[in-house]
Amino acid sequence: MEKRVIFRSAWLPYVLLLPQLTITAMFFFWPAAQAVYFSFQLQDAFGMSSQFVGLQNYADLFKDSHYLSSFKVTAFFSVLVATSGILISLLLATMADSVVRGALAYKTFLIWPYAVAPAIAGVLWAFIFAPSIGIVTYFLKKIGIDWNWIIDPEQAMALVVIASVWKQISYNFLFFLAGLQSIPKSLIEAAAIDGAGPFRRFWTIVFPLLSPTTFFLLVINIIYSFFDTFGVIDATTQGGPGDATKILVYKVYYDGVKAADLGGSSAQSVILMIVVITLTVIQFRYVERKVQY
Amino acid sequence: MAEIILQGVTKSFGKTEVIHPTDITINDGEFVVMVGPSGCGKSTLLRMIAGLETTTQGEIRIAGKRVNEVEPKDRNIAMVFQNYALYPHMSVYDNMAYGLKIRKFPKDDIEKRVQRAAGILELGPYLQRRPRELSGGQRQRVAMGRAIVREPAAFLFDEPLSNLDAKLRVQMRLEIQKLHRELRTTSVYVTHDQVEAMTLANRMIVINAGVVEQIGAPLEVYDEPASLFVAGFIGSPSMNFMPGRRAGDGVDVGGGVVIPMPPEARARAGEQVTVGVRPEHFVTGAGAAGPVFSLHVDTVESLGADSLLHAGFNGTLLVVRIEGHSTPPAGTAIRVSILPGKAYFFDTATGKRLKA
Repeated sequence: MEKRVIFRSAWLPYVLLLPQLTITAMFFFWPAAQAVYFSFQLQDAFGMSSQFVGLQNYADLFKDSHYLSSFKVTAFFSVLVATSGILISLLLATMADSVVRGALAYKTFLIWPYAVAPAIAGVLWAFIFAPSIGIVTYFLKKIGIDWNWIIDPEQAMALVVIASVWKQISYNFLFFLAGLQSIPKSLIEAAAIDGAGPFRRFWTIVFPLLSPTTFFLLVINIIYSFFDTFGVIDATTQGGPGDATKILVYKVYYDGVKAADLGGSSAQSVILMIVVITLTVIQFRYVERKVQY
Repeated sequence: MAEIILQGVTKSFGKTEVIHPTDITINDGEFVVMVGPSGCGKSTLLRMIAGLETTTQGEIRIAGKRVNEVEPKDRNIAMVFQNYALYPHMSVYDNMAYGLKIRKFPKDDIEKRVQRAAGILELGPYLQRRPRELSGGQRQRVAMGRAIVREPAAFLFDEPLSNLDAKLRVQMRLEIQKLHRELRTTSVYVTHDQVEAMTLANRMIVINAGVVEQIGAPLEVYDEPASLFVAGFIGSPSMNFMPGRRAGDGVDVGGGVVIPMPPEARARAGEQVTVGVRPEHFVTGAGAAGPVFSLHVDTVESLGADSLLHAGFNGTLLVVRIEGHSTPPAGTAIRVSILPGKAYFFDTATGKRLKA
């Protein structure tokens, strides 16, 4: 039976909820409502006046090749970050799960990057890969690769993907490790006696049993790559070179703050909001009723 | 079908030896039960036969072939686990067919074998279900079906019934017995439940703290226990033990009772001797020969057909089993004696049975 707390006072529960509600309203609902409002407005460059333009901002966006290319960049970036993040952490979790000696040390080291802020992670990798002083750059030069992400779009993309994946691996790793450890050992032993080798055991037994975890992580990782990677991008490529790494969330910031196009930026963030709501709905639809074995 | 031979087998984890040198021969088609308290090493021994644990020393042979270095899958054995270890994402059919598919059996052969196993185990209507849609007993049967379809040289059972409720356990016990009668496959069965061991085994192996205490047919072990441990572990309620000391040709167990020792026990007896008597080997009232125990009935457990009297004697509590309808009430005094030849003598120090 669910334990219920009953308040005698009519107003006390509301007062207790107030701080949280205030924060949510101030930092989420109010800006979101403002974004919707501004997305229907056109402002002059100095913010002195504005006029109602209806859906004009949205219409402009979908005619803007920069915006459409940002969609493509984001899709490419998300798929790369999500899939490689999941694959690498699955590999690491499988290895950490089978380690007997020093397992705790491996686990701790693998979880650490999660404690690093995205911007710091970005700066860290930007240094490691810095065109003139980076340590990896030095070795890449030695094997004949001319590394300069400041002018090479593909290398810039590689850098932000690496930094973002590195940051997210810990999170995925934790979930996969928990998933692996919840698979009874006797199941693996039964499969071994049934004649399945390690590779086959993984694909026919372990991986299917991890699929709810994998799906959950896929959704989380896509959301992560859409939004939380802002820090990584801002600290490294700042969307460049050109628009090569300008993902949607970075373009919202760039157009609104740097290019002072408040209406267009607001319209973009409304679209982004719709995207995140859709993703969240998908997550709740499928993850909430994930297969229970 | 095959014979399983363990020769000087030991197992150590680091410096701790958990299985002391063990020699066991399990004959072709035999049903052998390894029984002992939890942590005694019986499961480890079984897992060594299966190849899930390495063997530290000695040799394990299945069907004449040394298997120490052979992978579990190539030992031609099938194992039934305590938690069933069914693949949760596969149907009952696929669970049973999994091993056959991996071994590349032709499709119609797989179908035939699974259907046959399903027939034997009455799983026919459930073949398309997932394990989680089955009851405990049905899951247990699927686990056995998975073992049967491969027609292995030996079945290994690791406490397969301990997750079932009491009633189902009895039923499954009978089914396993029947199954073995039909298939005649060499089986090694691990349990901590001595009733399971007594009822299922052709021969049982009593293990304590990594040492094989006794190997023998159930009644043989029951009638002629080799040690204090075996005597106390096999039989329910367990044997009464009375520590005593030598007194001439008998053992003085206190309270003025001296139990005479047969000559073959006398020869090897030291100063300290423990006398063991099973609850059912006491007789009440007149007509009994030998020394008489004067007991004070403490509590009575009426089980219907018979009753268990718990009675204090010289600081220990003895259990006496008597016929159910002549039970004296608690608090009364009774006089019992031991059936002729049913007193067991053990060396208190070594725990070994005193026998010629």
